Amino acid sequence: MARVLVQEADFSPGAVIDALGGGGDVGGIGLFVGVVRGRVGGRALEAMTLEHYPGMTERAIARIAAEAEARWSLLGCTVIHRIGRLSPGARIVLVAAAAAHREAALDATGFLIDWLKTRAPFWKREQFTDGDAEWVAARAEDEAAAAKWR
Amino acid sequence: MVRVLYFAWLRERIGAAEESLDPPAEVATLGGLIEWLSARDERHAQALADRRLVRAAVNQDFADPDTPIRPGDEVAFFPPVTGG
Repeated sequence: MARVLVQEADFSPGAVIDALGGGGDVGGIGLFVGVVRGRVGGRALEAMTLEHYPGMTERAIARIAAEAEARWSLLGCTVIHRIGRLSPGARIVLVAAAAAHREAALDATGFLIDWLKTRAPFWKREQFTDGDAEWVAARAEDEAAAAKWR
Repeated sequence: MVRVLYFAWLRERIGAAEESLDPPAEVATLGGLIEWLSARDERHAQALADRRLVRAAVNQDFADPDTPIRPGDEVAFFPPVTGG
């Protein structure tokens, strides 16, 4: 069973790695951390606010994680996604996959973040230092990245 | 009654995060619900007009226009997701 957390609080990637290590059959841990950019399209970002759909979001992530665990025979899987107001440089998301060998750990990590981006209900709103604020539009590149794992 | 939730810019344009609605019995699908909502209120009509920009869920599963709607269901409308 994957560990899935949707929370306002920051998290420690080191603590996640420690928890997944185990010392048993795990031979490698893949990990991706997404952070808030300081500039978007040449404009300085003041903050990013993340909204989610309580209940559906956790279910959607749990389903994606279960798919990864089954496809790559994972020995551990953790997904943490933050919500609320985040400043440039802040961590937004972490996905981690522990497996017997590196190929499964790395592929599962890529799959987890690609599917999370297109299938988990989160919405980002960017506030710029010039006072503008915009909801982020979905990117076709993200759909293409998710489609390669089908 | 059907509980309808709105997220992100759909919530802002409609001016509500949630409403409890009692659609007539002939509203049997998600597509029918969108048509009914749009016919009775201009703000809903405008927010839901461009279907390419609107996604939906019924009882917290992604849904399409043919998905059945029954009393007691939880329906949500939102933009394409942008997390991660």
